[in-house]
Amino acid sequence: MSTAVGGSISRKDGWVKVTGRAPYAADHPIAGVAHAVAIQSTIANGRITAIATSLAENAPGVLAVIHHGNAPKLYRPENDFMSATKPGEARVVFEDDRVHYSGQYVAIIVAETLEQARYAAELVKISYAVEDPLIETDAALDSAYLPDEFFGEKLTTKRGDPDGALSGAAVTHEASYTTPIEHHNPMEPSASIAVWNGDELTLYETTQWVAGARKTVAQTLGIAEEKIHIVSPFIGGGFGCKGFVWPHSVLSAIAAKKVNRPVKLNLTRKHMFSACGHRSETKQHVRLGAERNGRLVAIDHDTVVQTSTVEEFVEACGNTSRFLYSCPNVRVRHRAVRVNVATPTPMRAPGENPGLFALESALDELAYKLNMDPVELRIVNHADVNEHTRKPWSSKYLKECYRMAAEHFEWARRALQPESMRDGNVLVGWGMATATYPGIRSPGAAKVRLLQDGSVDVISATQDMGGGTYTTMAQIAADVMGVAIERIRTVLGDSLLPPAPVSGGSMTTASILPAIRKAAQDALSKLRQLAATMPASPFTNRPHDDIVAEGGRVFPKGADPSSGLAYEDVLKRTNQSEIEGEGYTGPGPERDKFAFQSFGAHFVEVKVDPEIATVQVSRVVSAFDVGRIVNPKTARSQGYSGVIMGIGMALMEHTVYDSRDGSIVTSNLADYAIPVNADAHSIDILFVDKPDPFIDSDGLGARGVGEITVTGVAPAIANAVYHATGRRIRDLPITPDKLL
Amino acid sequence: MQPFSYEKVTNEHEAIERARLGNATFVAGGTTLVDLMKLNVEVPAALVDINALPLNQIEDQSDGSIRIGALVRNGDLAQDSRIQSRYRVLSQAILAGASAQLRNMATTGGNLMQRTRCYYFRDPVYPCNKRQPGAGCAAMDGYNRIHAVLGVSDKCIATHPSDMAVALVALDASVHIRGANGERAVPITEFHLLPGDTPHRETVVRPGELITYVTLPSGPFGAHSAYVKLRDRASYEFALASAAVALQVEGTTVRSARVALGGVATKPWRALQAEQVLTGSTANTAAFRNAADAALTGAVSRRYNAYKIELAKRAIVRALTDALMD
Repeated sequence: MSTAVGGSISRKDGWVKVTGRAPYAADHPIAGVAHAVAIQSTIANGRITAIATSLAENAPGVLAVIHHGNAPKLYRPENDFMSATKPGEARVVFEDDRVHYSGQYVAIIVAETLEQARYAAELVKISYAVEDPLIETDAALDSAYLPDEFFGEKLTTKRGDPDGALSGAAVTHEASYTTPIEHHNPMEPSASIAVWNGDELTLYETTQWVAGARKTVAQTLGIAEEKIHIVSPFIGGGFGCKGFVWPHSVLSAIAAKKVNRPVKLNLTRKHMFSACGHRSETKQHVRLGAERNGRLVAIDHDTVVQTSTVEEFVEACGNTSRFLYSCPNVRVRHRAVRVNVATPTPMRAPGENPGLFALESALDELAYKLNMDPVELRIVNHADVNEHTRKPWSSKYLKECYRMAAEHFEWARRALQPESMRDGNVLVGWGMATATYPGIRSPGAAKVRLLQDGSVDVISATQDMGGGTYTTMAQIAADVMGVAIERIRTVLGDSLLPPAPVSGGSMTTASILPAIRKAAQDALSKLRQLAATMPASPFTNRPHDDIVAEGGRVFPKGADPSSGLAYEDVLKRTNQSEIEGEGYTGPGPERDKFAFQSFGAHFVEVKVDPEIATVQVSRVVSAFDVGRIVNPKTARSQGYSGVIMGIGMALMEHTVYDSRDGSIVTSNLADYAIPVNADAHSIDILFVDKPDPFIDSDGLGARGVGEITVTGVAPAIANAVYHATGRRIRDLPITPDKLL
Repeated sequence: MQPFSYEKVTNEHEAIERARLGNATFVAGGTTLVDLMKLNVEVPAALVDINALPLNQIEDQSDGSIRIGALVRNGDLAQDSRIQSRYRVLSQAILAGASAQLRNMATTGGNLMQRTRCYYFRDPVYPCNKRQPGAGCAAMDGYNRIHAVLGVSDKCIATHPSDMAVALVALDASVHIRGANGERAVPITEFHLLPGDTPHRETVVRPGELITYVTLPSGPFGAHSAYVKLRDRASYEFALASAAVALQVEGTTVRSARVALGGVATKPWRALQAEQVLTGSTANTAAFRNAADAALTGAVSRRYNAYKIELAKRAIVRALTDALMD
């Protein structure tokens, strides 16, 4: 048996990517394609009173100008995540003359060339009746409301008596924490190429969910799902902004219909800041009560977030606080305000990430009040079961994460008091925080196809955002089929393939790999059947379960493999071009018995130059318990990326709206800073690598690794900054002006 | 972007003659101009490509000065061994700016002509006195965290974004400008204009004129100089505050000093008051802090940029400290 699973295998898609041959959404060569440019509103609230298009229509090369006044009828989709009909916002594009936020699409130009479309877009004059926009959370607080659920989870819950416990607690801590609006900023901007063939539509997309795109676009256009084909083989990063369906996928389709030829719509970076979601600003108030020995007696986590006027998306900051630590009295509440900003959407660990900034900062503050090591405080409050659902964990190695990372970091050398560690004139700070993310699994299907040349196709309508799915799919197929990984081709990102869930919620590995295992087993079973029944079979008279298909050869059980036939010989002798196995798996009753959750810990060293207010994250050691590690190399890269994204969140990322008119003033990658190489220093990623015994019934035991890696990074950095300087920054990002 | 014509010229005379016809803008590296054309902030009718002009040499002059052609790329200038040894602060400043790719395109003359990163200047939706005289200033009461506290007027608070120019100010460079009536040399401190009531006028370069050279005088400042740049991330980011300083020290006494600031002023800023405080003083942190306080005298902040006053002072003290140890 080869053991591809568990091996540090380089990504199968690496070569085509670094040689520029991987077709991203806008790269597909489509004959006769016309180019679209979307025009965005420059006001945040009001109505369109007139659109003057004649100049644009008469500009060279222009084929069409489409807006609410002449757009075809579109239909609001069901807007239900579970049924894969989830648009980014409930309102469909060009629905009416209302403007809900700055950057909303108000018209689209189609022209022969991109340059002609861009030029014509500047000639369209739009008149508005402007109303005062509501932009800032504080200004909207009076109208805050209590949203009910987030993906099926209640957003306001209580157990025990938090107020009573707080008033009787020996030690308390109470503070407010805020995180700003942040944008995903994947390298590849969203794009859509629409090609109609009669009443059938092919959309070349960059989507984290081909199945969701197909159904949602179909409902929006009012056509049958079967008429739509979504193609999305490569994604240049998503982080959530390519999960739901945003208007550009519909715009390209109606534009292509209108001009009766293929149309490409490629968003600019500026479009990306208002046209495919962001992480809401969060304002969180945390109250903690503890006994002298550190035992938590009360947690109260109160959150206010923004949502738009055209959708409800709630950043569920507090929900992790219900179970991350053992505590008898817990209240979690979320309020939302509807503001005239674009619609928020999931962004890498929605809820957990900003929520842990508040909770893990607060824990750190409590540790100082208790004069206690922050790791010790977390171990004292270790949750042995999920106290919110009252289910036992399927597996949990959080203490092992603390131990591994602390040891590697040499945490034991830490001085407890702030401002007590130095490196020359530079203040050194060590901080830590817990990381967590649920172990989600969804139903998924796959096919494994053995070809006559002995190579194997592994096929599923899942997606690879860059995390390594091309490779991990091949790994499990290689192991089950007994075929070298070099001989396995991964086929994904196409809605015609066996259905798979959204590449979100860190669920891809746990959802798809078991299905591939089943499909491969099915293919081998069919191969054995064929071998047993083929004319002149060397295995005649043997029942097919007395035949083994393993390591590329079919042979009698117990016999030397060389006595049998190579897989390809069975196909050749039977004149079969291929054998196809199918697999479909999904979560079962284990979900009712166990709580599936991944855990981890970040240990961070910062160097703060106090005279010039500069923070460098000089060293990070992170350990994660995410079940079995399928590919240590790609998993480690997910770790690096989460830590670096967390450095950005902690130190620089923030989207700024001008509160006067609701426009984003930092809608480009110069004014919205994300980390560069010079901001990332030593990062070590460790894994417990113990299989989750219950997440699948096949013994794989892998939970996802995509999102947990970013959770807890920002508070670990903020805690380290406090340890270095004695300055507690509760308002991200920690920019130089806050440390003067 | 608006339609425009494009032509190449091969010598200075041709360039100037072409520019005199009007409506033309010189393009060299294009790292600022092309961006701004895409944003419809710059809308030249004609681009005149001057890259073929023979202005790409760094030459020692007989009087000990050094002459830098206007087309010398920022990357080449920063890596030149003469610049690195005799004008280290200039090399440091250039390397603190932009990215390697941009520095390989951007030119000496173009860097001096680069325009502000003010959000509102770059978005034609907003009123901007720089783009359209008399239109008003959206930054004044808008989000002005990156804006200037020195040299501001009630018409404009946009910062000059250059790092290179800040070092040139500290080094007393001259800018050579050639027009139809011959060449003139302008001290770098007079090259950029304060916004005053005319923020659309940013330099003394007149239509039809071409920057040909920048000269650096020989000076006593080679030994002790430094550039310190403070910003929101470690690289590829404009300054929130920067300082270029040079010291001439005898024993522990400062004989003369140069202090220039970036990121906090409407033009590359020479802090003469700071230099006066330093001259004759003992080179120590107290004196540096006094100089920094003097440099920011008269600073005016708006809602979001008050921190820059202190941040600039910290940059000055750190740069002077670095220069002394240099």
